[in-house]
Amino acid sequence: MRRREARNVVARERVGPYTLLRLDRGGLEPGVPGQFFMLEAPGRLLPRPMSLCLAPPGELAFLIDPIGPGTRALCSLEPGERIHVFGPLGNGFRLDVERPLLVGGGIGVAPFPYLSEALGGPPAVLGFRTSHHAEAAALVPSAEVVLEPVLVTELVERSCDVLACGPEPMLEAVRALVPHAQLAWEAPMACGHGGCYGCVVEIDGALQRLCVAGPVLCAEKHEDLAA
Amino acid sequence: MRLLNASGCLDALTAPEVALALDAFVTKTVTPLPRDGNPPVRIAETEHGMLNSIGLANPGLDRFLGESLPRLAGLGLPLWVSVGGFDAGQYAASCARLDDRPEIEALELNLSCPNVEEAPESAAEIVAACRTATSKPLWAKLSPALPRVPDVARAVAAAGADGLSLVNTIRGLALDPRTLRPVLGTAGGGYSGPALKPIALAAVHACAQAVDLPIVGMGGVMTGDDARDLLAVGATHIALGTVLFRDPFAPRRIRAELAAESRPDTLTLDQASRV
Repeated sequence: MRRREARNVVARERVGPYTLLRLDRGGLEPGVPGQFFMLEAPGRLLPRPMSLCLAPPGELAFLIDPIGPGTRALCSLEPGERIHVFGPLGNGFRLDVERPLLVGGGIGVAPFPYLSEALGGPPAVLGFRTSHHAEAAALVPSAEVVLEPVLVTELVERSCDVLACGPEPMLEAVRALVPHAQLAWEAPMACGHGGCYGCVVEIDGALQRLCVAGPVLCAEKHEDLAA
Repeated sequence: MRLLNASGCLDALTAPEVALALDAFVTKTVTPLPRDGNPPVRIAETEHGMLNSIGLANPGLDRFLGESLPRLAGLGLPLWVSVGGFDAGQYAASCARLDDRPEIEALELNLSCPNVEEAPESAAEIVAACRTATSKPLWAKLSPALPRVPDVARAVAAAGADGLSLVNTIRGLALDPRTLRPVLGTAGGGYSGPALKPIALAAVHACAQAVDLPIVGMGGVMTGDDARDLLAVGATHIALGTVLFRDPFAPRRIRAELAAESRPDTLTLDQASRV
């Protein structure tokens, strides 16, 4: 069940350009891989949606790319500081797959360490811009890494049960290759509980809230991600 | 004092635990026909608030009555339905269809969405048309951007409004710092959050002196102190908007903060002697 609690920062680790933020778990449940939490971003009005990266005993860990004021504030948190955490939220990956293949790009690797653990360490194909970014691949066992200009889709086996997370063009390319793939999408989100209608994407011809209908969607059901 | 949500800031069906902490739930605005709303990007955080450009996305009155309302009624909360339209006739027709639904306590007329085209009639003309269509309490939700809000308050009171909802968002715009282009798909949007509080205080203060109607005060309420300030200038009830995005459990916290309030001028003699 989702809850909102003030949690302590346990540790902050640099992983290439990203930060792995470890929080003490308290009474929060980790949920299903692919679900997300709203993390209070110090000094900002709105919390930021982050999928869970790792769930070691007593902890919840999030991999964060410092791309804006909210994510930079989260990456600057020091051990001992406290933030409010709300979750788990949304729909995660379905785990009843026979031949799982994880396909990720950039910070889209974030939910894969937890997902890989839940699936028993399946093969993974991860694409990054630079070798510095690719340091995050160390969090995912059995990962094959490609660097730009090579694309992950060049290594995707169509017969696999693909579970993907990454930038929109990568997800669109995966969807074209593997219609039954499970894709984890991203959208600007104010609340994470269905209230703001800010995170809509086009699903089955209608605009639906990603926080409620997703963030993981089956490729076939998801016709077109507007804008 | 009752604690409500601001229309369009909470879905009681996807966050019932939040709605049940309120004294009444106000629906997202319902229009006669379904609306997809505006294209993304729809929200943008700013330094002192946020912008939204949702564009009255809603399933339309038929599906609202057939699907949403029975499920909302199942929560057991008093329900206010926010009514929208593009001319007075549409507002009145919607009010007429909502009038005989006993699960609805009151109707709030959204006369001030900054993200859609306005009806050609004045707020008072719309209220007058709705007054003939329903006996339910009518709350007129006004924009703080009107040139003379108290005059509009007097006019809607004369037209039969039972209360005022003050304030809606005010139009703003945010730029992407990398491209210097508007963040929102529609460029401008409704500005809400802490920056709206002084604007809400001014509107509630002026209208409370102009008319003898109850007022739902809203705009930038983040804490019990913010709620106290709106009550101090004449609000009867308080609605929470943007704070529900930041903290869905704000209703309980704000209620507790209001109850626990002890300012120096309200200290008891015994407390004061110890200060």
